[in-house]
Amino acid sequence: MAFYILKRILLFIPTLLGITLITFILMQSLPGDPVQGMAGERANPETIARIRAELGQDRPLPLQYIGYLKLLATGELGRSYYTNRKIADDLRQKFPNTFKLALTAMLFASIVGIGLGVFAAVRRGTNWDTLVTLLSVGGISIPVFWLGLALMLVFAFYLQWLPPSGMGNGGFSYLILPAATLGTFSLSYIVRVTRSSMLETLSQPYVAAARAKGLSETTVVLKHALKNSLIPVITLIGLDLGSYLNGAVLTETIFGWDGLGRYALDGILKRDYPVIMGVVLFGAVVFVTMNLLVDISYHFLDPRVRVRGEEA
Amino acid sequence: MLDNLSIKDLTSDTPALIAVIMLVLLALTALVGPFLMHYDPLVMDLNSLKQPPGGAHLLGTDSKGRDILSRVVYGSHISLAVGVIASALSLGIGIFFGLIAGYSGGKVDAFFLQIFDIFLAFPSLLLAIGISAVMPAGLTSTMLAITLVGWAGFARLVRGITLSLKEQTYVEASRALGASPARIVYRHILPNALPLILVAGSLRVGGFILLEAALSFLGLGVQPPTPTWGSMISLNRAYINSAPWMVIFPGLAISITVISFNILGDFLRDKLDPRMRV
Repeated sequence: MAFYILKRILLFIPTLLGITLITFILMQSLPGDPVQGMAGERANPETIARIRAELGQDRPLPLQYIGYLKLLATGELGRSYYTNRKIADDLRQKFPNTFKLALTAMLFASIVGIGLGVFAAVRRGTNWDTLVTLLSVGGISIPVFWLGLALMLVFAFYLQWLPPSGMGNGGFSYLILPAATLGTFSLSYIVRVTRSSMLETLSQPYVAAARAKGLSETTVVLKHALKNSLIPVITLIGLDLGSYLNGAVLTETIFGWDGLGRYALDGILKRDYPVIMGVVLFGAVVFVTMNLLVDISYHFLDPRVRVRGEEA
Repeated sequence: MLDNLSIKDLTSDTPALIAVIMLVLLALTALVGPFLMHYDPLVMDLNSLKQPPGGAHLLGTDSKGRDILSRVVYGSHISLAVGVIASALSLGIGIFFGLIAGYSGGKVDAFFLQIFDIFLAFPSLLLAIGISAVMPAGLTSTMLAITLVGWAGFARLVRGITLSLKEQTYVEASRALGASPARIVYRHILPNALPLILVAGSLRVGGFILLEAALSFLGLGVQPPTPTWGSMISLNRAYINSAPWMVIFPGLAISITVISFNILGDFLRDKLDPRMRV
């Protein structure tokens, strides 16, 4: 087992290097000359050469990449073209907001998703089942940004139950619409997986045995079947972080939520490339690290995974 | 396996049938719709700003007086073209590298697998943003970004299928007869892998269309004045309360398109993927 974990961590290193190589290549293929942009239109060649040397842009590419890695190793991501602030500092400041939003969205998606999935499985073949299944197809098909605007229109403007946008000093009412918007995509997958996993469990002999003992249907479903159906669902929830990072860019834009996503959008609008690449790199590193942690924790939690993992 | 699929399967599955009809209508809209439109999607009409749906403009007009129906119809062109072409390109690249990795095995496989995993390590929209941000915005860069985001998933899938197929006895028999690897892959492995690849492809088209819409929404896709569904929502979202139709119709168009592709994908998976058969 220790061997497996060590192997996973060793395999993690080339992945991280690969990610940085991709963002480095993207930075190299930027349109225009960032140095010219920093120095201004009428800068003389000496000034430009000086800035270039300061940034290390006069060195050959492999050396520049090593310089980039050294910078990353110190926890830095470079500076914004516009504000000249350190991007790592900005991310540290924005990430907690995104994290709060994503965590709420994940809780919402898990609770509602598992609930609907169990409901559909228990009502298998009825119109309720069809309805839930159709809703879950809808949830992965509707664009996040449009769903956000539609929810805003109904709940904030027509019904006036919730504030339309902003963060309102952290009030919970401000969190509801963005979290529902961000969680819907994941929720729909959770519904599907819960439903099919429940259907499989409900057909197991031990569930029949529990029924035969005369336990109530509620006890059978919730205590016996659900507990054993949850493993694939929890895997899905753990590995679905990427969809939250993707969705956050769009959701935060719609609701004026001051997190990573809106920071990225500002970068996109101003063509502030170090900012864009900083967010892309950060998102990828968070994503793979989470996947690694989920993977390793499974190893501790589920003996079946352990056996399969060691065979591979 | 493809022979198992018949017209009767389709007509007996109502949602799938509706999805196929919707997709045919959408394809027709994208191809001939623009010729049937009464209004030019780019012409601004200052006398009919923000007209609600109904009357001369069936779906209303936007903040610049442009006909929304006409713009939604023109937009279908780009969404479908990007979705279908990006799927085809990423499938092609994915199949190519997936077959090489899966059939070679050993160090070659490990190397390619590592490359696939690096691309899969990025949340899809973030990578697409990174790629399209460094290119001049437009149709080509959008397709390229989506292809670069999508290919690795297909490659990993094809690699897995190839790994299991190459252990089959008929592949072994062919190898014993002295067939070249290229011939085995092309004649034996690819045809047997195709149904599963087709299912994965059809399940992914919807996601690619959503990705295109998201890039357009963020201002990284095909640029105005060309109408795209994503940019129509982005340009008019400030009017969500005063003139919601400007945002509702393009969003409906995206949703209906993607739902149709996803239902079709689910249908194909149920019919073609033997693992789904109980």
